[in-house]
Parts: sequence; C-alpha cells; structure tokens
Amino acid sequence: MNSQAFHSVDGTYNFAYLDEQTKRMIRRTLLKAIAVPGYQVPFGGREMPMAYGWGTGGIQITASIIGKDDTLKVIDQGADDTTNAVSIRRFFQRVSGVKTTEETQKATLIQTRHRIPEKQLTENQILVYQVPQPEPLWKLEPREVETRKLHAYSEYGLMHVKLYEDISRHGEIITTYDYPVEVNARHIMSPSPIPKFDNPKMAMMPALQLFGAGREKRIYAIPPYTRVRSLDFDDHPFEIQRFEDPCALCGAEGVFLDEVILDDKGDHMFVCSDSDHCRERRAAGHAGHRASDAASIGFVSSEGEA
Amino acid sequence: MYVATKGGEAAIEATHGLIAEERRGDTSVPELAIDQVRNQLGRAVDRVMTEGSLYDPDLAALAIKQAQGDMVEAIFLLRAFRTTLPRFGATQPIDTSKMIIRRRISAAFKDVPGGQILGPTYDYTHRLLDFGLAKSDQAERVAPEATATDPTMPRVTDILGAQGLMQAETRSEPEAEPFDLGRQPMSFPADRDQRLQNLFRGDEGFVLALGYATQRGYGRNHPFVGEIRMGFVEVVFTPPELGFPISIGTIEVTECQMINQFQGAKGIEPMFTRGYGLAFGQSERKTMAMALVDRALKASELGEDRDHPPQDEEFVLAHSDNVEAAGFVSHLKLPHYVDFQSELSMLRGLRADALKTPGQEAAE
Repeated sequence: MNSQAFHSVDGTYNFAYLDEQTKRMIRRTLLKAIAVPGYQVPFGGREMPMAYGWGTGGIQITASIIGKDDTLKVIDQGADDTTNAVSIRRFFQRVSGVKTTEETQKATLIQTRHRIPEKQLTENQILVYQVPQPEPLWKLEPREVETRKLHAYSEYGLMHVKLYEDISRHGEIITTYDYPVEVNARHIMSPSPIPKFDNPKMAMMPALQLFGAGREKRIYAIPPYTRVRSLDFDDHPFEIQRFEDPCALCGAEGVFLDEVILDDKGDHMFVCSDSDHCRERRAAGHAGHRASDAASIGFVSSEGEA
Repeated sequence: MYVATKGGEAAIEATHGLIAEERRGDTSVPELAIDQVRNQLGRAVDRVMTEGSLYDPDLAALAIKQAQGDMVEAIFLLRAFRTTLPRFGATQPIDTSKMIIRRRISAAFKDVPGGQILGPTYDYTHRLLDFGLAKSDQAERVAPEATATDPTMPRVTDILGAQGLMQAETRSEPEAEPFDLGRQPMSFPADRDQRLQNLFRGDEGFVLALGYATQRGYGRNHPFVGEIRMGFVEVVFTPPELGFPISIGTIEVTECQMINQFQGAKGIEPMFTRGYGLAFGQSERKTMAMALVDRALKASELGEDRDHPPQDEEFVLAHSDNVEAAGFVSHLKLPHYVDFQSELSMLRGLRADALKTPGQEAAE
C-alpha cells in the first residue's frame, strides 16, 4: 500500500484519524478481548475530537479496524438519522472516505448505540457497540479494585441477589435495558444499554461483536457463535418486551418500537426503532394503520423515506 | 402539535454556522486576536494548558477564543489536539530548585535563605472593580524595576529534608518509564506518578473543593505552606540519537509543597509529610489544592484511616477529569428513547399491577 493510501480525504489526518501505532494497540486489545469473551480489557484510550460519552469507545474501535473497502453504517437508537449517528458517520466519511450506507445488509461494519438491528447479521459483518459503563456490577460495587476480584473469582452472587430482590419486591426483574448477560458460561457482561428485547440476538450471532468504552478505557468482545445467556432463574425465566400494537408505519410485529407523541392531548403511535427495517418494509408495500397520518405531518416523506 | 425531532445533516450544518456567528459577535467590535488572549488573559491560558496537559500558550489562547471563553471546552480542544501529537519520549524531571524565580513564599518560616519574594499576586489587592480598566486609553502601567534575586534559593522542604524531618520521596523503580496518562488507562491501586498526573490535569474546581473539604475535617491533614514558588524552569531532554542531554526550552510553572504533620505509625517514625502540587504558568490556587489532595491520598501508605472522599483514590482520580466528566454529563442530551421506552413500559406495567392488587396503597 502506498503512503498516499494512509491519508484522510482532506489530507489533514491519518486514514481513519488515529495514527497506525494507536490502531495497532487497539487491535491487540481487540484480539485479547476476543480470546476471553466478555472480559473487559483495559486499553490506552485516546482523547477523540468528540466528547466522552458520545461514542468515543466505539469510534476508536471502528477507526482501528475500518479499511478502504468497508461499508459503514452508524445507528443511534436504531436510527441512521439521529444527530449523533449523523455526526459519527460524517466523521468517518471525512477522515476515511469509506462508503457509508443505511441498509443493514450492505454494511460490513455497523457502529451502534442502544440497539441491535432487527435483521439477522452475518459472518461478514462486525457490530461495534458504544458503551457508557462497561462494568455490569457498578451499581452494586463502584470500586474497580473490588469488581476486578469479583470477575476473577466468578463471584456473581451480588448480581443474583439483586435480581432476586427485584422479584420479591415487584414480582419480576425490573431491569429493562443494559440487562446483564453471561458470556461463554464465564463472564458476566454489560450488553451496553440496549433494550433487553435485543439480548437474545447476541447469542450465537454469526457477526463479531465488539464493545468500546472510551471514557472508562475498556474493550470487550463476543466472538461469532458464542453462548450468551441473559441472567434469570428457573422459575422466573428471562422475557423480552412485547408490544401490543404493530408498527404504525409498516405494520411490523415482533420488533422493538418507539413511542412517538403526536400532540398534546395524548395521541401517540408506536413505530419501528430500526429505521432501515421500517423503510425496507414500507418500500416492499407494507403499511401500518397510521402510515397516511405520518406522511401528512412530515414524519415520513410520501416516498416512504423516514 | 408536537412533531418528533428528526436529526439531520442540515441541522448540524446550521448549528455550526450559528456558533461561528455567535463567536464573532457584533462585527463593529474589533475581533479578538490570539496574542491578546495570550498576553492579557494569561491565567486563563495557564489553566487551559495545565488541564489540557499541553504547554503551548498560543494554542491554548486559540482554544479559548474558539470556545468563546468556555474553559472546559477549551481544555477539551487542547486535549483532542494533544492526542494527535507524536510522543518523542520523557524529559528529565524538571528541577524546581534551579528555577528562575518570580515569586516565592513560605508560610512556615519568617525568613528563609534567599528571602520571601512576593512577585505578582492578587493576594493583597482589594477586590474593588477597577473602572480605570474599562477605558481603553488608560495610561501605561509600569511595574517597579525588579531587584536581582538571590541565585541560590533552596526549597524549604529540602532544608527540612536535610535534617531528616521531612518524609523522603523515593522512586519505586528508578529505571521505569514514568506512567503516562495520555497513553495508559488508569489502574488501581495507583502509584504516585499516576496520581500526580491525574491531579495536575484534574479540574481546578473539583480539586479545590476536595482540598477545601480536607481543611474542614473530611480527611484533615494539618497543612502548612512550606513553600510556593513560581518561575521558569529549563526542560532537558536526551534524544536517543544524540545520547546526551540538551535543553529544549523553558516553561513557566508554579509549585506548592505543603508540610503536613504526621504522628507516626507502626514502623514509620513521626515526621513531616509532603503534599505536592504543580501546574503550568501561574496557577497557585490549583497547586495548593492539589497539594492538599495529594497528601490526603497518601492516607493508605501512611496507615491512616480512609474515611473521607479526598482520601479515596478511586473516588478522586476517577472523577477529577473535566473532559471525561463534562462529556458524560452532556451525553444525557443524546437520545435515550429506546431505554426510556423500556422504562415507560415497565412503569406502566408495575402501576397496572399495583392498581389491580387489593390491599395496596394505590388501591385504597
């Protein structure tokens, strides 16, 4: 590869922003993370030109593994058009010049915050999660010196007690997002704040899953086809959220829906959180019961583009 | 009618235009020049360099201008730039005993070899707004001619150290490269190099509040200002290809060494202990606060009780960085509607159950 190939589109920064030494350090961290699924590997996270808490961990992973032939998709809350997803996508367009897409199946690399796409991912794809708090035990024990020991000894009684207390108090486990999982029958891991609806998609996923926490400087991973179990009890099995109504725009069922408030009198509708999934269904001729209303208020354009 | 916000490239472009316009302000007022910021807002430049962890007054001034005077934003800009710079290596430790001194005071002794030098300080100004400064045509203000200072000005803590009264600071591994927070993740328990780097970069307000708390009993450590010195020190670096040390420049720093009582503990004789503070430029408040917190964080190695937040290294070091803190607080502005939807459904479910169950408060 000639040296020209390493430069960003506008020539100001290295290809994909990070210098090659830093990328190599992060790739080594990733290899270690993949070798010990669910284990949080500390890494020398760098200060990025975006704020901590705004996806710097995911951005550093993406920057370290992206190549010129990749096609990148960035979503936040399942949607490609949320402001921070737009901002991160533009960043990579500027510093790497790679192709970007909103279509899940066309992407080779998907950076996400808070969702896993509805469409089944493949072996040719990598899913990069942005993680605010990598430590699943942090609400129970804020000290890292302690949590490191708890992980080392698989001493996860605290977590089970917490879930049990939920059941005794509320009749069910009240954690609805960032629901803890056990990876490869060893480490308890934070799936990042995805809704528990998405947890089952992590198990035996053909795509590689990488997790980056920039502020906390931790990376972890789930290799393809790895066992991932959401914590539960025999008499209180894990359950995902269910929605009574289908998507108001495309009529999809069995997908995660966002509630959209339509006026100040309580009118609302539920629509797909995964905007690409919804767009694709509408393009294929599916229509939900509010599809025409949504077009009239400009929520979706008449061509069906969200 | 409310319409769901759809983000987009156009909105982002527009907001960039808006901040550029806001920054420039009224175009009938002359634009602020970088050298004006550097020369006339020097303490702001010093803080941005210290917490931005990069000694470059011009870039710090640029960051302050670009951030419209928002210090935490300016610090962030400088940090983000710093991370793109290549790292050549570590310099020799700066030697503050050889400082070209502009200010030097000790509160522990009435007089010290080399004397007390007041230098530039706001300490004895009466905090009356100087309306003369509001006029642009003010007469030039001339400082009195500086008198030559004694070239040998030993550090007060070294004088006590020579008598065996002051806790000696030892490098645990003299050969090891110093910890580099810019390259390595924080790890606990933290060695002192990591702690001091963290406090150096730490938010002045946060470190000040913690230092203040120690004075009010939350981790009291009986401090005396052994010495504060401010001035210029040489930076010496040995390039591997040359193999001998060369001076690569001079930087302005402030150093504060606090002397703290210590009654002794099992295996440690009674002695004075040290709290150390250092910052770029003239940053006296920061260095004093840092010295208080540094001493508080020595509680565990001195066998003292650790009952208060300033003595708790994970609490202090993990929360001192304002770039991290501001980022994580501000990320709450990002959409969280997927999580919120999950919580909303859960809450509706719990409320429905509560209303159905007889004998519960909600049903009565």
